[in-house]
Amino acid sequence: MTAVRLLVGTRKGAFVLTSDSARKDWQIEGPYFGGWEVYHMVGSPADPDRVYAAPSMDWFGQVVQRSDDGGRTWEPVGNKFEYAGEVGTHPWYDGTPRPWEFTRVWHFEPSPDDPDTVYAGVQDAALFRTTDGGQSWQELDGLRTHATASGWNPGAGGLCLHTLLLDPRGNGRMFAGISAAGVFRSEDGGQNWTAANRGLLTDGIPDPDAEAGHCVHNLAMHPSRPDVLFMQKHWDVMRSDDGAEHWTEISGNLPTDFGFPIAVHAHEPETVYVVPITSDSLHYPPDGRLRVYRSRSGGREWEPLTDGLPQQDCYVNVLRDAMAVDTFDDCGVYFGTTGGQVYVSSDSGDSWTTAAHTLPSVLSVEVQTLA
Amino acid sequence: MDSEAVPQSVGEAREVRVRLPYHLRHLARLDSEVVVRVAGPVTQRSVLDALEERYPVLEGTIRDHTSGRRRAYLRFFACEEDFSHEPPDDELPASVASGAEPFMVVGAMAGG
Repeated sequence: MTAVRLLVGTRKGAFVLTSDSARKDWQIEGPYFGGWEVYHMVGSPADPDRVYAAPSMDWFGQVVQRSDDGGRTWEPVGNKFEYAGEVGTHPWYDGTPRPWEFTRVWHFEPSPDDPDTVYAGVQDAALFRTTDGGQSWQELDGLRTHATASGWNPGAGGLCLHTLLLDPRGNGRMFAGISAAGVFRSEDGGQNWTAANRGLLTDGIPDPDAEAGHCVHNLAMHPSRPDVLFMQKHWDVMRSDDGAEHWTEISGNLPTDFGFPIAVHAHEPETVYVVPITSDSLHYPPDGRLRVYRSRSGGREWEPLTDGLPQQDCYVNVLRDAMAVDTFDDCGVYFGTTGGQVYVSSDSGDSWTTAAHTLPSVLSVEVQTLA
Repeated sequence: MDSEAVPQSVGEAREVRVRLPYHLRHLARLDSEVVVRVAGPVTQRSVLDALEERYPVLEGTIRDHTSGRRRAYLRFFACEEDFSHEPPDDELPASVASGAEPFMVVGAMAGG
């Protein structure tokens, strides 16, 4: 019986991996959308059979695919992401002003209670929403027109909105993470936004604690404590206890505090996972050893998790949307690598097995707990 | 362009053959080239408008949604000529308008 479903986006299509609750033996279906880069694929919490995928390709742009049967069959839906109103400019790499231009969807964040409502974070950084199951998309332009936006420089990966967190209390609060710009918070469902980067320090920019200009890589929240946020920044692992009003560094004893994903245990709000990467110049694990680091104290004190992970000659990366946790009593932790491996732990990270060995480079991993 | 363009009367529907690259055929669930009916002058724009009207899933995949411009990594070929940089409202060769030759949307070659 299928108890858990992994939704894996890769550089050459999407794959759906299924297993029973033991999470030892995996069936792999796919590729879906073969040849397309699938930056993200995610299911609706309100209807697990409803799955959204974001295939894109430099040749043909963005399409959006929707499944109503858990990823077995797919139908293309709307792919028109038009910025609302006047399109301003942001600095281009050469310093010249460049009009906002849609490139691709980086991340879908489905509503917790309506399968037809999904938020989309896109490049160039902006927030879109559908309320009709993906047939049409409207921009919530309060973010792109924030007072700091005309100064947002693209990072090497582009000016992308890659992380969205919705407050589970249903109070309209949400957080957006934008590469090289920072964290922004809305209290009204995405209409208006404030910069939420106090406490972030970025060496090398003219004003290290500027209101914006910080390269956040990923954010995580435990649903039972929505005011507590964890962040993997370009450098530094950070934490906020007040809904991103202030951030403090919790890198502690990590071998390096550069990395991309960050995740929180399903049942232990102070248990956090990161995958340290050597540096922003060397996008592979230190010493060729793939180690997930876990803190059971909300940061600062970290332990390496190595059982079942390659401890020599490993030079893969783990990208920002490529780590997820399930909600079994024995919390499962999952991540995919740029080498095409998908690793699974069914014991909160103590030990790891390989669910897939040779997929294309993994861009995203999401998990659905079905039983 | 060497190929001769012939004036076409407005309102006259032509059956134009369009050949698409693999990924767009797959997206539109087509096995081979498609024939679209074009009323009026047969131009890049009128052919692609007719194609997108029949296969809405292709909207935005050949031409940018907002600007309407040809996507950078695609080319438009016909009659062994490259029409990619020709004005979109210029008439295509008579052999395309007559259905003798296909209008081809071609993806730039790339490795990886």
